[in-house]
Amino acid sequence: MDLSWMAWTWPTAIFFMVIASLLLVFTFLAIRFPETPRNGVLGIETTRGDRLFITLLGSAFINLAWLGLIGGPQWWALVACLIYAAAVFRYV
Amino acid sequence: MEKTTNHKAWFLVLPVLFLVAFSAVIPLMTVVNYSIQDTFGNNKFFWAGLEWFSETLASERIHDALGRQILFSAIILAIEVPLGIFIALNMPKKGIWASVCLILMALPLLIPFNVVGTIWQIFGRVDIGLLGHTLEKIGIDYNYTSDAVDAWITVVVMDVWHWTSLVALLSYAGLQSIPEAYYQAAKIDQASRWSVFRFIELPKMQGVLLIAILLRFMDSFMIYTEPFVVTGGGPGNSTTFLSIDLVKMAIGQFDLGPAAAFSIIYFLVILLVSWVFYTVMTNLDKRERV
Repeated sequence: MDLSWMAWTWPTAIFFMVIASLLLVFTFLAIRFPETPRNGVLGIETTRGDRLFITLLGSAFINLAWLGLIGGPQWWALVACLIYAAAVFRYV
Repeated sequence: MEKTTNHKAWFLVLPVLFLVAFSAVIPLMTVVNYSIQDTFGNNKFFWAGLEWFSETLASERIHDALGRQILFSAIILAIEVPLGIFIALNMPKKGIWASVCLILMALPLLIPFNVVGTIWQIFGRVDIGLLGHTLEKIGIDYNYTSDAVDAWITVVVMDVWHWTSLVALLSYAGLQSIPEAYYQAAKIDQASRWSVFRFIELPKMQGVLLIAILLRFMDSFMIYTEPFVVTGGGPGNSTTFLSIDLVKMAIGQFDLGPAAAFSIIYFLVILLVSWVFYTVMTNLDKRERV
């Protein structure tokens, strides 16, 4: 199968592999260890999957904000995202 | 009730999963790949890193288009939602006139987008259009091809004409589901028309209204065909909304990289707003049931 039209690069491939493996891990967790939704600081019921979604969407915006407003090495945005992710999983 | 632990039904979802992967996920992945590269055609790509994202975030042109887009969505929501509710409240509840009204209301929704654009493009023309010509005869200076305000009014009125029915029909469906007993109780309490609306009709319409607002927001935020047919984004750039600008960039100038970065940011904004709407909707529903 020729996928050259998709113009793959290693960074994007790794990006999608990380997302795909996150989805797989969370699916496995949801089946293996079912949970009840909980109410967090946002006042909405969230499951692990919801918190993953909030984390990923928020991380996208953190990266954009870093790039557009702060500048500097993008790696630091990733650090900010990890802190954000920990906070989301802990408090939301 | 015993909880079922059989997950085999999920396999029935597989066909949809494949379809979505084929029509949405794979193209989206390609857009992500494009967004960090540059191309001069011929399927040859060069690494560009985050350059297109920085460029998009700093671009005056895109900021302006985003501003216009938000203004447009805000205006049409502010008009269509109250107007749709007002129409739904005044539609006959049963009998032949209810059916007639329903069909009349559904008509604009059945017209293809480009045809709506063409209708209004001709309707508003000063030389041959009924609206444009009439306005000129009664002495109103109206020309959507040269005046930005006229162009905006035309595009907004066109959208209201095309889509208010959707809000009205959804609200109507919400109203029809209210049992007669609620109104009788209100009558016994001598509730005013406003109280009936505020405490019976509006809460019962909440669910469908949120769906209507979500649909109208998403549709208006990615509107392309109608304004493109009527004004082509002009005069100047005054009605160039995000998707018109995006198509110009991607297909007109073949700037695939910047256009891809632009699409991803556009997609993220829509995803965020839709998620907020969806969360609010489901939580209101839950609270209502408690």
